[in-house]
Amino acid sequence: MLFELGATAAKLGIFLVILLGLFAPVMVWVERRGSALIQDRPGPNRLGPLGILQPAADALKFFFKEDVTPALADRPLYLAAPVLGVLPALTTFVFIPFGPTVEIDGRAVPLVVSDASAGVLLFLAIASLGVYSLILAGYASNNKYSLLGGLRASAQLISYELAMMLAVVAVLIPVGSFRLTEVVAYQQELWTPAGMWNAVPQVVGFFIFMVAAFAETNRLPFDLPEAESELVAGFHTEYSAMRFAAFFMSEYIAMTTLSALAATLFLGGWSLFGLPEWAAAALAGLVGPYWLWMGLLGLFVLFFKVALFMALFVWVRWTFPRFRYDQLMRLGWKVLLPLALANVIGVAAATLAGWL
Amino acid sequence: MIETLIFLIFAALALASALVVVLHRNPIYSTMSLVVTLISLAVLFVLLGAPFIAALQVLIYTGAIVVLFLFVVMLLNVGREEIGEQRGLVQKGAAVVGAAAFLVIVGLTYLEGYGGAEMAPLDEEFVSLPGLAAELFGRYLLTFELVGLLLLVAVIAATVLAARPRPAVPAEGGALAEAAAVEPATEADERGAGVVTERPDGEDRLVASGGSAGGAG
Repeated sequence: MLFELGATAAKLGIFLVILLGLFAPVMVWVERRGSALIQDRPGPNRLGPLGILQPAADALKFFFKEDVTPALADRPLYLAAPVLGVLPALTTFVFIPFGPTVEIDGRAVPLVVSDASAGVLLFLAIASLGVYSLILAGYASNNKYSLLGGLRASAQLISYELAMMLAVVAVLIPVGSFRLTEVVAYQQELWTPAGMWNAVPQVVGFFIFMVAAFAETNRLPFDLPEAESELVAGFHTEYSAMRFAAFFMSEYIAMTTLSALAATLFLGGWSLFGLPEWAAAALAGLVGPYWLWMGLLGLFVLFFKVALFMALFVWVRWTFPRFRYDQLMRLGWKVLLPLALANVIGVAAATLAGWL
Repeated sequence: MIETLIFLIFAALALASALVVVLHRNPIYSTMSLVVTLISLAVLFVLLGAPFIAALQVLIYTGAIVVLFLFVVMLLNVGREEIGEQRGLVQKGAAVVGAAAFLVIVGLTYLEGYGGAEMAPLDEEFVSLPGLAAELFGRYLLTFELVGLLLLVAVIAATVLAARPRPAVPAEGGALAEAAAVEPATEADERGAGVVTERPDGEDRLVASGGSAGGAG
């Protein structure tokens, strides 16, 4: 009992440290330097080598800024909205596996915080709660631009959730389980002895998932809820100081968790054609226990893939112009949704035929 | 022990927040309380050993339907006090009748199904995904298909209502998808785009009127 609790706490701690301590600040830096690179300007390069300490300065600035609440704001909801954004984004990481089930002192420990039988569903369910942050921020600010941003967010997120979930369904059909651990295990045995990534047979679903992921995280080209040229800053117009930073962080954390889900569903998650297991066994022969190496290498592979997706997020943001709102809705309902439905039927047929 | 404690906390939370849903004067707070109710119920489902149902509960009700409630409430801009003052005798009578009918149905179901015997716990087989799917697509197939048909009818009705030709400029994102489908024919005509059909759909208009960004308002 105590052992399980300790193991779970350790796994939770690892994710929290990586998400809050590593990915969120590094992403701020990557975003600012990446945008500068794409726009052919230096970007923040004064603080530390290559400006790597800039996120710390940003955070410090946010702490010391004045925290303003609009006079006619709906105060309880106004204060709750940023928290409601961070929580779901942080929670969903418990379903992402970062290694196989390993033995520690003769006890089997799965390298995932929660291997619930409804894993992917719970992930999507909790992730879908993030929309309340945007709507409530928009409503509680008592600002017309915020309200418009909140309305846009609710319509957009629900629209693209459908296509995204259908893309996930198509992945799950040949796997036959909602457990993300089994999705990874399935990809380790697909087609070749070393396995194959789902992205190859499910290329349509992969594309739909990624487009929907951009919309779900309110990133350009789908950042309509905060479109600064139309709505000032959309749902977070009135927020300042750390509350604004909380929205900022929850966006990056949501991006990280969705990237991790994409990596697990389509790029084999922590596995890499048997290489991490082989390397872990080789390293364990030299020094340290196998489970430690396995966990570290699994984390490394998983977050390397996550980092690739994050780079894609930044790259796309500074490359594409924003969609118009009716174009966004048309893309979601008239293009992605039918495509996703056809994809589900196609994958189901292929599974019946025994190709997957 | 821990499970009983969790049950008590979330059962109390579900009841309290359900009361707030009914009693609060501000519709936004009512809707948010509904979210708390639904999540508490989802926790109770997990305690019953049915995480799948819990996930569906959060995914569909909390993640989508209540969001639409909020969407509509915010769009209609219902004032804080408006709802409270309209409650008349009819509404109260309807509430009493509805509550009585609900009690009768629950009571009958209980007597019919268990007749005083101990209620059997849900077994693993039934609440698991394959078990649920077998029941849904086997024993309850007709009901399942009928519900699907009902929803389809509702979707078609909504589309017909929302998509009737209007001369006005479309509201921005007003109705989810439908608003995007309706484009004013006049605008394209004014630009001298003779290529477009009588009521051009979006793609035609895009080609015809080039980079005009005025459509969405």
